[in-house]
Amino acid sequence: MCLAVPGRVTAIEGEGEFRTARVDFSGVTREACLAFVPEAQIGDYVLVHVGFAITRVDEEAARQTFEALRAIGELEATTGGDDGASR
Amino acid sequence: MRHVDEYRDPQAIQVMLGQIESTITRPWTLMEVCGGQTHSILKFGLDELLPSQIRLIHGPGCPVCVTPLEQIDRALAIATTPGVIFCSFGDMLRVPGSHGDLLLAKARGADVRIVYSPLDAVAIARREPSRRVVFFAVGFETTAPANAMAAYAAARDGLDNFSVLVAHVLVPPAVDALLSAPECEIQGLLAPGHVCVVTGWRDYEALAERHRLPIVVTGFEPLDLLRGVHAAIVQLERGDARVENQYERAAVAEGNPAARRILEEVFTVCDRKWRGMGEIPASGYALAPAYAAFDAERVFGLGHMQVEEPKECLSGLVLQGRLRPTDCPHFGKRCTPEHPLGATMVSSEGACAAYFHYGRRAAAEAAA
Repeated sequence: MCLAVPGRVTAIEGEGEFRTARVDFSGVTREACLAFVPEAQIGDYVLVHVGFAITRVDEEAARQTFEALRAIGELEATTGGDDGASR
Repeated sequence: MRHVDEYRDPQAIQVMLGQIESTITRPWTLMEVCGGQTHSILKFGLDELLPSQIRLIHGPGCPVCVTPLEQIDRALAIATTPGVIFCSFGDMLRVPGSHGDLLLAKARGADVRIVYSPLDAVAIARREPSRRVVFFAVGFETTAPANAMAAYAAARDGLDNFSVLVAHVLVPPAVDALLSAPECEIQGLLAPGHVCVVTGWRDYEALAERHRLPIVVTGFEPLDLLRGVHAAIVQLERGDARVENQYERAAVAEGNPAARRILEEVFTVCDRKWRGMGEIPASGYALAPAYAAFDAERVFGLGHMQVEEPKECLSGLVLQGRLRPTDCPHFGKRCTPEHPLGATMVSSEGACAAYFHYGRRAAAEAAA
């Protein structure tokens, strides 16, 4: 029920609390109300739940998550293990 | 799909599993609160990938499942009233009431409609001024702002043929009740990411302190869940007990200010009955006095209705994490998604349905 799906804002219509976006979910387009994400702009990824965007995806935070993972992955590869360093 | 696929990447998942394995030194029991998380864990087999010292118990975070029988019966009473258009999210339609479900009512001629957004129900009320349109407002804090917007839009448009049957529940009071139980085995908590997107996590800080356990705000993809588990295990191994965010791309400490504003405008906190858990103080939303004219229980005079929960369904224990679905004597026998005894077997997020759909039934039989 609390499922929220990320999609990309491709168009915005209207103003104020009932501002509406067209959101592309990998080829499927749906409308989403932007009442709770007034800062959303075309090109942003938003999480959509029951027809409402509930947050804008923070691209910088997402990038940092994977940077941290890559740092761990490389660290493990260079500090040994049975196959890491030779690959 | 961007912001989904990379969180299912097998290599990244291996890295995270390695981190968990190298951190853990003894058994720990964690609860994931949200039914969406439970489904991801079973769908992607994370419960089988994680070290055997980690026990995951499944929380009450399925609003469809915790909605008490009497609220389903109220929905049925309203839906079968002549002239009513009853609008609901799809997953409520097959939840059994005392006598049948909403889908059966629809088959017998009731005008029950599935809506994608609560605003769709308001649009129907606008289009059909001669009909009484009722929206079944079910959900946790994630869904509450959207449902609040339906009442807000109806009030703004002066619609007098629209009302809302409210069954809103709140996560922190239910978690508090679970953690306060003397037999509680939960040592760490994966907090529901999308609830926290709306509310932030101030309430969870109080819980972490009071019950001295780590609480990790966690997303829904496999990598999100493993990061949540890892952060909880790191804290447990160190003896820490604080709130930590592992859903950084979506949730911030203060939540969503615009969503919280509409919640304050439209709703007021009330006591709510939870299926299997009984009444929990201050654990739900009701319409605020200014929106009383949109309260379907008032409009249809159903406030007094009280119904006993059926004895044979053990979903109350499942919802509290005290019974694994496969340990229920009815699981996969008298109770299946086609013929459910209770909501946990119906909802796309119910723990029983998750075990049934993702093959844990066969595993349970093989082990028996």
